[in-house]
Amino acid sequence: MAALSKVALICVKTTAAAASRMTLVFQIRIHGRGGQGVVSAAEMLSIAAFNEGKHAQAFPSFGSERTGAPVVAYCRLDEREIRVREPIMHPDALIIQDPTLLHQVDVFAGLSPSAYILINTTRSFEELGVADFVRGFQPERLCTVPANELALKHVGRPVPSAALLGGFAALSGLVSLESVAQAIRSKFSGRLAEGNVAAAAAAFKHAQAN
Amino acid sequence: MLKQIEGSRAVAEAVALCRPEVICAYPISPQTHIVEALGEIVSSGRLAPCEFVNVESEFAAMSVAIGASAAGARAYTATASQGLLYMAEALFNASGLGLPIVMTVANRAIGAPINIWNDHTDTMSQRDCGWIQLFAENNQEALDLHVIAFRLAEELSLPVMVCMDGFILTHAYERVDVPDQAQVDAYLPPFNPRQILDPAEPVSIGAMVGPEAFMEVRYLAHAKQSQALSLIPRWAGAFRQAFGREAGGLARSYRTEEAETIVVALGSVLGTLKDTVDELRESGGRIGVLGVSCFRPWPFAAVREALAGAQRVVVVEKGMAVGVGGIVSNNVRTAISTRPIPVYDVVAGLGGRPITKASLAAVLQRAMTDDLELTTFLDLDRALVEKVLRKEREVRRSGPIAEQVLKLKG
Amino acid sequence: MTFQPVKFYQTGTFTVGNRLLPAETRSVQANMRRTNSLNSGHRACQGCGEALGARYAIDAAMHATENRLIAANATGCLEVFSTPYPETSWQIPWIHSLFGNAAAVATGIAAALKVKGRSDVRVIAQGGDGGTTDIGFACLSGMFERNDDVLYICYDNEAYMNTGVQRSSATPPAARTATTTLGNSFNQGKNLPWIAMAHGIPYVATATIAELRDLEAKVERAMHVRGARYLHIFVSCPLGWGHPADQSIRIARLAKETGLFPVFEAEHGEVTSVSKIRKKLPVTDYLKPQRRFAHLFSPEVRTDLIARIQEGADRNVRKFGLIEN
Repeated sequence: MAALSKVALICVKTTAAAASRMTLVFQIRIHGRGGQGVVSAAEMLSIAAFNEGKHAQAFPSFGSERTGAPVVAYCRLDEREIRVREPIMHPDALIIQDPTLLHQVDVFAGLSPSAYILINTTRSFEELGVADFVRGFQPERLCTVPANELALKHVGRPVPSAALLGGFAALSGLVSLESVAQAIRSKFSGRLAEGNVAAAAAAFKHAQAN
Repeated sequence: MLKQIEGSRAVAEAVALCRPEVICAYPISPQTHIVEALGEIVSSGRLAPCEFVNVESEFAAMSVAIGASAAGARAYTATASQGLLYMAEALFNASGLGLPIVMTVANRAIGAPINIWNDHTDTMSQRDCGWIQLFAENNQEALDLHVIAFRLAEELSLPVMVCMDGFILTHAYERVDVPDQAQVDAYLPPFNPRQILDPAEPVSIGAMVGPEAFMEVRYLAHAKQSQALSLIPRWAGAFRQAFGREAGGLARSYRTEEAETIVVALGSVLGTLKDTVDELRESGGRIGVLGVSCFRPWPFAAVREALAGAQRVVVVEKGMAVGVGGIVSNNVRTAISTRPIPVYDVVAGLGGRPITKASLAAVLQRAMTDDLELTTFLDLDRALVEKVLRKEREVRRSGPIAEQVLKLKG
Repeated sequence: MTFQPVKFYQTGTFTVGNRLLPAETRSVQANMRRTNSLNSGHRACQGCGEALGARYAIDAAMHATENRLIAANATGCLEVFSTPYPETSWQIPWIHSLFGNAAAVATGIAAALKVKGRSDVRVIAQGGDGGTTDIGFACLSGMFERNDDVLYICYDNEAYMNTGVQRSSATPPAARTATTTLGNSFNQGKNLPWIAMAHGIPYVATATIAELRDLEAKVERAMHVRGARYLHIFVSCPLGWGHPADQSIRIARLAKETGLFPVFEAEHGEVTSVSKIRKKLPVTDYLKPQRRFAHLFSPEVRTDLIARIQEGADRNVRKFGLIEN
């Protein structure tokens, strides 16, 4: 889909929220499993937004989860200082790093039909069995990206987080691919960084074509 | 320089800029990222000379800091929760000896039942150990408070705890302005100790003091904390001048002009509270917030003054004295004891229970109409508690409490 | 002056006559310029082995470091009797923090000195057996494991004397204390010197207050080594053990001569030298003069328990090769 402007997104929110402080904030919830870089994804997204001059807040769901356990991380983006510390209960966007969570965890909790959903999968929403749930959603805000495959190709390991951020940049238009690349390079270095940047770029392309 | 970094990293950067000479490291969630980052900074050679000591317990961490500080080195450590309790004996010792150690506490609940998430039970349990306790509202303030803490500690020759909410701040990525070395150096002169272990001028530190002088020694500790009440605003002022932003101080008011209800709180919940109060103000509520930055010494006068116009006070706190109720609220009551206004106590966020704007707004609205019990537990599942209590009445061997609660919770 | 081999002891007294020695081999205690680091006037009991051991050890350490020494002290008799407010017996920079953290405090001091480039100033930590083998054990083990530049001295009087003679993990089998009124159990307790050796630290030694020159030599040796070092000094306690105050040194000597307290040195976990027993004595010679062992002899002689104690001594003799063959 075509990248939405930031202003457009902000307008969408204005109608939904009552208080003036809330109107600008954009909230993203990321679901995945321990070891998939869920927390890193939220952090890198916050760095990407920071690189564009935004205020951003990223935080994990604070578990003591081990590898493989369901993990949640959050990211808020705003034009002004973010003071609120509550977990994100009504996300504007959802990134699902592992589709096996769809039927295990209530990943869609608090989601409104105006939200964006990005899923790491080679399958479609129908094939994943969530077509009914997303029926009222805006189709251009639903997207899948084969992030594991892209990561395997470019990084050598199925680490989907960077690729998904590339996909998210394309889907939401909230951050540019350049900012995402910059954020990836601030977290990783050398070949690992470049592999992840390549995976993000590929995912960006994939999401745009989607 | 503006950076988008983790709270723990921001604190580590601040501590490194303060040029500590001895850092004692022992892992405990959610503090660990701080000492990890400092270890990395020391290994890189960026912070030198500095001894990074990997100790075998928090008790040892504080003890190594005591030795280092007594030998004239600027000493730092960080801990949380059980770790703070494990070093409790050494905490009293460090303050009793008057050693200006600075420590970060990444606030976390205390077990049993074991819980790694945030509340203030750990530092509240040590509120009377003689350390100065400063609470950070956000990561910028957490960073800034460390610079202030070293200045304050060394000026007074007293140890300072910088309390920041575990996970909520320590693990949050947000924008912070990291000062440069020259700025920090200008604010924080080299450590010039009041006492030092030096073969050229031998002193005995830590002698036994009997009834004939112990009262006087303890009184001096109290007097020093009182001195801190005037020094803290002074150093906060100097900080504002040097760095161009607010940090520390005793207490800060937010939208308390003509407020009938003032909400008092410490730490990161202040952010959520401010957003909530903004919304309540928009619907006409005359409500404001008082953020207490310095919990020890307790700023009687500043709190009294800030609450002077209020008709009621609500204290939202992440801890409690079991069998009593609120801790901060009791301190607030002593500050305004001459005024017969209700002080509502809202115990919230224990063991990491999210404190949401919705729940806060609901409880504050009730408080604003004086329709609230004196002590409330925010989002408490009362039905569940009743079930457990009923079972205990009915069955002798009712089993471990935590297990029952988890079972009933399903 | 030529060196004359001199027999240093006579029957009944092992006192060393320093004046019969060349000046350079005389003990630090015989030196007019000894520092009296733990000065007279303190509040220790008459005949206190710990006060004697501490003065011997610290004066020797001062001698070895040209008076550049800092001490961290655990809570206990030594701390209490040396610093009654507002006085102090310590002529050296000295800090008392807590009962269980002397080793860690010393680590902190050593770290501070390292940062400040004061490699000339050395650090010792000291405590009794309770502060070392029990409550301070974790900090001590941590200090050993990190190989911090600290000499830890344990003054072992085999019980918590400061609080009124209660059992510690260094209390020997059958000994009566206020918490082992029927006599301490067998096959328990810790051998701290062995545990120290198991850390592989550069230097471990044991000594008694009966052999001043041996003790001083070991302190001197320890102060010329960098890293973690451990010195375990056997110090008798007239009050806790129930022997006359003037017998402290004799009792300490008997502990060694019966084989109950092996005196040795070890480097990096290997025993490198052993003080031989000159004339092996039965353990009863050591047990009888002490009231803490009185129940072994009256109302009936507990030959069974005495035999087990003797077995322990004999095992030490074999284990360390305490007797010249």
